[in-house]
Amino acid sequence: MDEQVLKELKGIVGQENVFTELTDRITHSYDATQERHLPDVVVYAGSTAEVSSVLKLANRHLVPVLPRGAGSGFTGGSLPVQGGIVLVLTRMDRILEIDMENLTAEVEPGVVTAELQRQVERRGLFYPPDPASKEFCTMGGNVAECAGGPRCVKYGVTRDYVLGLEVVTPTGDIIKTGGRTLKNVVGYDLTRLFVGSEGTLGIVTKILVRLLPKPEAKKTMLVQFETIDGAAKSVSAIIGARIIPATLEFMDAATIACIREASSISLPEECRAVLIIEVDGDKEILDQQVEKILAVIRPFGILATRIAATDTESEEIWQVRRIVSPSLRQMGPDKFNEDIVVPRSRVPDMIRALEKISTDYNVPIVNFGHAGDGNIHVNIMVDLQANGMAEKVEKVLSEVFRTVIDLQGSISGEHGIGTAKAPFLHMELDAATISSLQRIKAAFDPNNILNPGKIFLESSPQRPAEASSR
Amino acid sequence: MSMHKSLKDFEKVIRECVKCGVCQAYCPAYLATRREGAVARGKIALAAALLDGGIGLEERLQQDIGMCLMCGSCMHKCPNTVPTHEIVGAIRREITDKQGMSLVGKGVSALLGSRVLMKTLAKSGAFLSPLLFEKIPETSGLRLRFPAPSMKGRTVPKIAFRNLFDRFPEFIEGRADKPVVGFFAGCSITYAYPEIGEAMITVLQRMGYPVFLPKAQQCCGIPALSAGNGRLVDELALANLEAFRKRDVQYIITACASCNGGIGAYRSMKVDSKDLTGKLIDFSVFLQKEGLFEELAGMEKRQDRVKVTYHDPCHLKTQGITREPRELLKALPNVDFVEMENASSCCGLGGTFSVDHYECSRAIGAKKIPGLQESGASLVATACPGCIMQLQDSINHAGLKMKAVHILDLLAAAWR
Ligand SMILES: Cc1cc2nc3c(=O)[nH]c(=O)nc-3n(C[C@H](O)[C@H](O)[C@H](O)COP(=O)(O)OP(=O)(O)OC[C@H]3O[C@@H](n4cnc5c(N)ncnc54)[C@H](O)[C@@H]3O)c2cc1C
Ligand code: SF4
Ligand code: SF4
Repeated sequence: MDEQVLKELKGIVGQENVFTELTDRITHSYDATQERHLPDVVVYAGSTAEVSSVLKLANRHLVPVLPRGAGSGFTGGSLPVQGGIVLVLTRMDRILEIDMENLTAEVEPGVVTAELQRQVERRGLFYPPDPASKEFCTMGGNVAECAGGPRCVKYGVTRDYVLGLEVVTPTGDIIKTGGRTLKNVVGYDLTRLFVGSEGTLGIVTKILVRLLPKPEAKKTMLVQFETIDGAAKSVSAIIGARIIPATLEFMDAATIACIREASSISLPEECRAVLIIEVDGDKEILDQQVEKILAVIRPFGILATRIAATDTESEEIWQVRRIVSPSLRQMGPDKFNEDIVVPRSRVPDMIRALEKISTDYNVPIVNFGHAGDGNIHVNIMVDLQANGMAEKVEKVLSEVFRTVIDLQGSISGEHGIGTAKAPFLHMELDAATISSLQRIKAAFDPNNILNPGKIFLESSPQRPAEASSR
Repeated sequence: MSMHKSLKDFEKVIRECVKCGVCQAYCPAYLATRREGAVARGKIALAAALLDGGIGLEERLQQDIGMCLMCGSCMHKCPNTVPTHEIVGAIRREITDKQGMSLVGKGVSALLGSRVLMKTLAKSGAFLSPLLFEKIPETSGLRLRFPAPSMKGRTVPKIAFRNLFDRFPEFIEGRADKPVVGFFAGCSITYAYPEIGEAMITVLQRMGYPVFLPKAQQCCGIPALSAGNGRLVDELALANLEAFRKRDVQYIITACASCNGGIGAYRSMKVDSKDLTGKLIDFSVFLQKEGLFEELAGMEKRQDRVKVTYHDPCHLKTQGITREPRELLKALPNVDFVEMENASSCCGLGGTFSVDHYECSRAIGAKKIPGLQESGASLVATACPGCIMQLQDSINHAGLKMKAVHILDLLAAAWR
């Protein structure tokens, strides 16, 4: 990297926050996709003004800038595929305000999601979006990917909670979007544009979210089914009965087989599907809701039902869900985790199609996820060392995505496109739509310095000449 | 040949890290700095790069590898149970092998085996009275943990005038119908907190067990392991195995979580340590097994009970020993047990970590303070002398009135 650039970077954030050693570059070269791309330099920013100065500098020298939170992304969003500056935001980790009257909170991007949740829950409030990574992912990353989680079926995703943002645009301007009110129609809705923009349109430096009152209590149950169809019909029946559970998670037969041994709740061979249902709200209504759910799902081939009476028992049920990820490894060392989503009613069709693809290609596919909102985690388990496996996986993925589109679904529900899904973008969006997105990108980022090479395959330009000189 | 695994031996588990980042939520070194180089995932990435030949032992790498308390918290929550602390140990040994003691064990190694230097240091009045310091073997982890006069403001244990070995014979008689139990006391209890050892032996005697306290027992080796001094760990492991082979004991009890972890670590060495590690048991697990909790719960509750909370030592937590110490506290007639927030987060001591990184160690320790304060307890009990010292240091810096004690102190008081 250009000495001049380094010197200026040090001037902006201080010598102690600029890292250029090979060690530092290696420890900032990956995210949860396990891909590896070395940055030229790693910078830990401390303020909005610093972020702005870094972006202005990058524009002058045409160096790529990669915003990075906790690096827990599943699609390569924070990876420096063209080198450049990895700009880490974990130092900006203050909760600036929790407004008890207007039920809002303002945070810096480096705040860890679960930490915000703990702080608001202490005050009787509630920030619902709950990605499984909440104990370590950052709010900035959540906004950039529009993260979701099990509670989305009732409470919605990150997008539904962001009221306003402070954003540094790729050219270094500091802009504010949205505001403190629930209603606001002044100008374009830039807030929604930035949420889910995967760090390609601007760097989020402040986030204003709305909060809810914390539900008084919750009740968890685990239901075992004879067939996946029975489980799927139950999901429709529950929603049809106008009950929206806080979470509605399912596991298919392949998932159950993986966890059978490790599970503390006995899951016999006949059990082909499991639903974990949690309802929340006022104490008095919970038992009623549970009764009602049990009544509507009774016709659908239930093998066993367990209702947690205490927090510990509820924990035991969630533990069954949590052992899924680590248990998958037995099926194959390499995992392709796709977070597809289909309309709720098409979940059984999707599962059947996945079973067929699995047999046709002779690769294990394990499915579990958020039945309530149709978001299925499709895990293709393979050993990439095996001959021809990489090509086979490509084909399987294409087929899975094609089925998703046929069922009017989407190829990513929560993880984003990044680099991992960029080759498949055209399957879901037509040329005119992609071109609109690209024009928006170009309007904000004329020099294409912010997170280049993401979302759009076509737009990966040559690496700017300045950036490659080390 | 070394009895330790080399970095190469860990190749397979290193590849099992899927870079999920879960360890960020539990690694104390990361939580204090929020720098990727400090977290388990970062260290694994460096380990992989070392194996691939993509990087050498450059100075920054040594610094990052130095940023580890070897607490095992990461492995405890890692979906693939990648043993980062063991991998860090292997890299530190590699560093010491290749270039002698380095940044990792800076200052630490120089002291080892150098009586002269030890004396000079001690004479400088750093913190220990020279006369008493001399009683501590040169191989003791205490010397690794508190060697440097540079640790200004650090609460250090006073070295007891009469250590545990001065206070008890090697074999303490018991009832004929009870099996002999061995007691691995460890440096901290033997030299700095002999009253904890005394409480342990008193409890065992009361229950009728003959106790074997071999005086040839040495440091468990954890500080040396942390400093990357594999040779010294070898020496200590062999000496400890030898010491406990002298008598047929049914159990070998520890009252120091770190020692339990340190001896337990022999399991992953290339030496048959079953005679020791197969019998190893934490005192709280032992006392529960032997039915002491019921007896205590049957005692009349005292009027003047004190409010006590509990801190999980990493070396028990990572073995899943979290219930037994709490149940023991709840059973005590002189204790009102309250849970605290962040009970299981690391205290920040971490082998020799606090020597090289006192600032960071303090920052980690400070994270315990809100939980301690909000619990309303006047005592924080734990099961490791290292944690006691570090917790007290954090408490003192925060200006709280609390005191850190060992559970056995409270048990002894219950019978008084
Ligand atoms: C075990 C595990 C479980 C997960 N479970 C879920 C789940 O249930 N639901 C879900 O939705 N996701 C899940 N994820 C994916 C991931 O945690 C989320 O995408 C999360 O939002 C990423 O946050 P991060 O801080 O790690 O961001 P990073 O990975 O660091 O970055 C992600 C993207 O955000 C951009 N970015 C980061 N900070 C900013 C900022 N301040 N301004 C602008 N752009 C920024 C980056 O450039 C990148 O494109 C999971 C991941 C793992 C490893
Ligand atoms: S939790 Fe384990 S697998 Fe995940 S990044 Fe950390 S060490 Fe790697
Ligand atoms: S052993 Fe402890 S300090 Fe070291 S990487 Fe793991 S969690 Fe962090």
